[in-house]
Amino acid sequence: MLDDKDRIFLNLYGIGDWRLEGARKRGTWDGTKGMLEKGKDWIINEMKASGLRGRGGAGFPTGLKWSFMPKPDPNRPAYLVVNADESEPGTCKDREIMRNDPHMLIEGCLIASFSMHANACYIYIRGEYVLEADRLDAAIDEAYEAKLVGPDNIHGYPFDIYVHRGAGAYICGEETALLESLEGKKGMPRLKPPFPANMGLYGFPTTVNNVESIAVAPTILRRGGAWFAGIGRKNNTGTKLFCVSGHVNTPCNVEEAMSVPFRELIDRHCGGIRGGWDNLLGVIPGGSSVPVVPAEQIMDCPMDFDALRDLKSGLGTAAVIVMDKSTDIIRAIARISYFYKHESCGQCTPCREGTGWLWRVVSRMAEGRAQKREIDALLEVTTQLEGHSICALGDAAAWPVQGLIRHFRPEIERRIDTYMANPHPEPIRIAAE
Amino acid sequence: MTKIVVDGREVDVPADYTLLQACEAAGAEIPRFCFHERLSIAGNCRMCLVELKGAPKPVASCAWGVRDCRPGPNGEAPQVSTKSAVVKKARHGIMEFLLINHPLDCPICDQGGECDLQDQAMAFGVSGSRFHENKRAVEDKYIGPIVRTSMNRCIHCTRCVRFTSEVAGTGDMGAIGRGEDMEITTYLESAMGSELQGNVADLCPVGALLQKPAAFKARPWEMAKTQVIDVMDALGSNIRVDSRGREVLRILPRINDDVNEEWISDKTRHIVDGLKAQRLDRPYLRKAGRLAPVTWAEAFAAIAAKVKAADPKRLGFIAGDLVSAEDMFAFKGLADRLGSPNVDCRQDGTALHPRHGRGSYLFNPTVPGIERATSLLIIGSNPRRESPVLNARIRKRWRMGGFPIQLIGERVDLTYDYDYLGAGTDTLQELAGKAEQLGERPMVIVGQGALARPDGAAVLALAAKVAKSFGAVSEGWNGFSVLHTAASRVAGLDLGLVPGEGGLDALAMAEPGALDVLFLLGADEVTVAPGAFVIYQGSHGDRGAHRADVILPGAAYTEKAGLYVNTEGRVQQSDRAVFPPGEAREDWAILRALSEQLGARLPFDNYRALKAALQAAVPHFAKVERVVPAEGDILGTLAALGGEVDRAAFRSPVQDFYLTNPIARCSAVMAECSVLAQGHMQQAAE
Repeated sequence: MLDDKDRIFLNLYGIGDWRLEGARKRGTWDGTKGMLEKGKDWIINEMKASGLRGRGGAGFPTGLKWSFMPKPDPNRPAYLVVNADESEPGTCKDREIMRNDPHMLIEGCLIASFSMHANACYIYIRGEYVLEADRLDAAIDEAYEAKLVGPDNIHGYPFDIYVHRGAGAYICGEETALLESLEGKKGMPRLKPPFPANMGLYGFPTTVNNVESIAVAPTILRRGGAWFAGIGRKNNTGTKLFCVSGHVNTPCNVEEAMSVPFRELIDRHCGGIRGGWDNLLGVIPGGSSVPVVPAEQIMDCPMDFDALRDLKSGLGTAAVIVMDKSTDIIRAIARISYFYKHESCGQCTPCREGTGWLWRVVSRMAEGRAQKREIDALLEVTTQLEGHSICALGDAAAWPVQGLIRHFRPEIERRIDTYMANPHPEPIRIAAE
Repeated sequence: MTKIVVDGREVDVPADYTLLQACEAAGAEIPRFCFHERLSIAGNCRMCLVELKGAPKPVASCAWGVRDCRPGPNGEAPQVSTKSAVVKKARHGIMEFLLINHPLDCPICDQGGECDLQDQAMAFGVSGSRFHENKRAVEDKYIGPIVRTSMNRCIHCTRCVRFTSEVAGTGDMGAIGRGEDMEITTYLESAMGSELQGNVADLCPVGALLQKPAAFKARPWEMAKTQVIDVMDALGSNIRVDSRGREVLRILPRINDDVNEEWISDKTRHIVDGLKAQRLDRPYLRKAGRLAPVTWAEAFAAIAAKVKAADPKRLGFIAGDLVSAEDMFAFKGLADRLGSPNVDCRQDGTALHPRHGRGSYLFNPTVPGIERATSLLIIGSNPRRESPVLNARIRKRWRMGGFPIQLIGERVDLTYDYDYLGAGTDTLQELAGKAEQLGERPMVIVGQGALARPDGAAVLALAAKVAKSFGAVSEGWNGFSVLHTAASRVAGLDLGLVPGEGGLDALAMAEPGALDVLFLLGADEVTVAPGAFVIYQGSHGDRGAHRADVILPGAAYTEKAGLYVNTEGRVQQSDRAVFPPGEAREDWAILRALSEQLGARLPFDNYRALKAALQAAVPHFAKVERVVPAEGDILGTLAALGGEVDRAAFRSPVQDFYLTNPIARCSAVMAECSVLAQGHMQQAAE
């Protein structure tokens, strides 16, 4: 349970003023210059000490990522790119940050850019976030006016910040596809290596970070990495925004300590499971791309990267999707499969062809129009898709289906049996839109 | 050099190699679709996945550099496996994915037999399918008269997209949509605008893009394949002529990194139907104003009567643009024996002349040398139309960066950026003496637009002056390049097919009353005034044949063996793919037979003897495939020529790329392309 004094996001629900004045009252922009004066190495070391792991889903240590940037070179400018293309179904944490506390992000951008000697930062925000982009723009204008950022700001570090609105493609949240899109090209992931830290935006060293990772950085530095590291478990430290949706009584966004047990998270903040704990069917703990975890495994599981990985799932973006026993789990996964089929960029073979295949088969299974042997075939197709594509979208499409088969195979078989007992001829809807 | 272990075999490869290259160096075969040596790496087909020890997932070998591999914990060389179970499973998986939406229409697909997908499915795939859903259906696109589409078959390797954006430079093709709805198309299904578009069908690893004119004609294994040299432009692209029986069915490029790399122009590829139309297949003689078919003996007798009655000084000989070196050698031999000084191979009236030295009419830096050049000045040439493949080479150099290009002449889209200096001789005169040297190895291309005009010699002198101050010639570098438009021109100049003492040049020979008898050897670009008795020997019933009094049917370039010299001075051997139609004969044989009738017997009885005589007379013709560099101070000699220049702007002689020679003018495909290129057809609707 996180104490109020340890909360980082003090205006998560938009009760206070989101503008500069309100942000300053909450401590944002306090002593920023002093932190910059302590130098890059201090910042990176504090970030490493805090144990902050990237909040975008993969959980890569943020301090380490910042330290990968090559040494300053006057011929090769460095860039910070903030990934605000929050498109993972179920996730809405960055939205609240940008809507209600945009100055936290802007301050984080300045500090992060300073630590990797970048003089320009781009915030790539998804097109659907109209209000958020407007607020961010307004906040940046305020910051320029107050000379907090800009070419000759009071912090003595020339720094420009830009907001770029995306067009709403899920794939543009993949870091290299985001860079392509930012450069004005079609949002298709690049091959790695070279990694963005060497060849990123316009071929220059670039770090791409999630909004939450950047927004928590100033508070971590103000209060010290050790404070942040003291919350949660080892390797899974700090606080985290959880986006709880689905069949809970009061769905919400909430900042909690890492490794909070699932039961505590739901009972304290979400009013419990709809219909009580016995009614829980399963949980998708980290946004649509991670495998579903059945009720008995998740109930007392700590919500963090490592514990969920041990359950063959993942924390992802901490978008907790709760499903009670009224859920048709096969249809739910079929819908997720449709999402990945729809959002695959089409660049590489496994994802382009595989996502559509998965969707079609799972859709049939949702109606029971399948053979039981197809379940194993489907599982094998997911392994052919997983790990063979350019970016992680192939994995993200495969995992939900794997989770379904791993935990709900009897349900699929039962559905097939039911259909077999009463086969009916209505055509299957297989419309590509 | 870096050590790497492939399937247990250690090889030493350069660090800038990709894993795919390293695996091939170790003798392992890696299947691939999207990867192509001459295009950028896309890494999207995922067929080339290999297992790299220490990497969590299989890696795409085409995109993974050897230097990206981490050594083992004790510094061992990185280990790659191309045969492990992981790799095998990955290949099976990718192959299955590629095939689920690929139609099973191999029996009616023209790619069958030379299809990468077919071959690799056999080698690396599995036999059955587990896909029971409906296959994707994609509408076929119109992308021009050259390339036929069957988009159901597309596997989205994007080779065509990368070709048009990188090599052709027009960026015609692209992908729309996303995921499995992604479709390859041109913008709004308009025709492609490149002169190299036929190459996308070669690049296509499946049957999605095919040669439209060659559709449904033959299977690859039925065709005889002959190595031929192209004569559509002066580059001498290496081509493979595929024929069945007496018919040429298609023309494909051969790989020659020194000349055309792997590309050929659309004209080179698709004049195939022109080789069958309007052919001269028997001798004709003009009787009472009309051409009437006659026997060879009658035709020869008519010629002999005219030639013997004429003063040798009133005989003229003009060689055309598509003629082989041997034919011109025999032609010149005949003229010499008859005592005529009126010989010329320069129908367009270009000012080039062998007396200024061989270097004065060659593309001296050679085609691969373009990649070594540091800057370029183009004078009076439109390389995109005059030699599209050479233009692609210039573009390739330009894409490498650090290659400023300047242009004097027509302001046209050359597919690369250039500084436009001016339109004609005024600019050239301004530049003379103060052109600034850019880089160590500047290059100057002088086109026929600057030279094939009455003041050509003076322009050539001026261009040489500019080239000199531009620093085009230095120790170990000769950047003075003449870009020809006729395939036979350099050989003609090498053989001395220019007027002798007191002789007339081609344009003068065509004047009214200049001659009594004019012999045109495949020369269709001169307009001969009424009066002279015209003998036309050639393959097609084009301009020359219309004016002729006697027609001797010759062989087209696919129907005879011969040597050709390209604009660089590279001697190349072409072979015979098919026989000439009807009574037509190889040109040297006709000349040999005629010489007997005229009492001026040529001293060879077969092709081998002719070639030997030619190579004895001009030794560098024996150095096939090589460029013999020109020697001497060419620029000094040329600059000293001087002369008055006219102020007219330079204009490329090739205004319609698709209709530059008799064969192309007989081709329906070329006519359609020409109409499209001229913009007569707004947009081809379905």
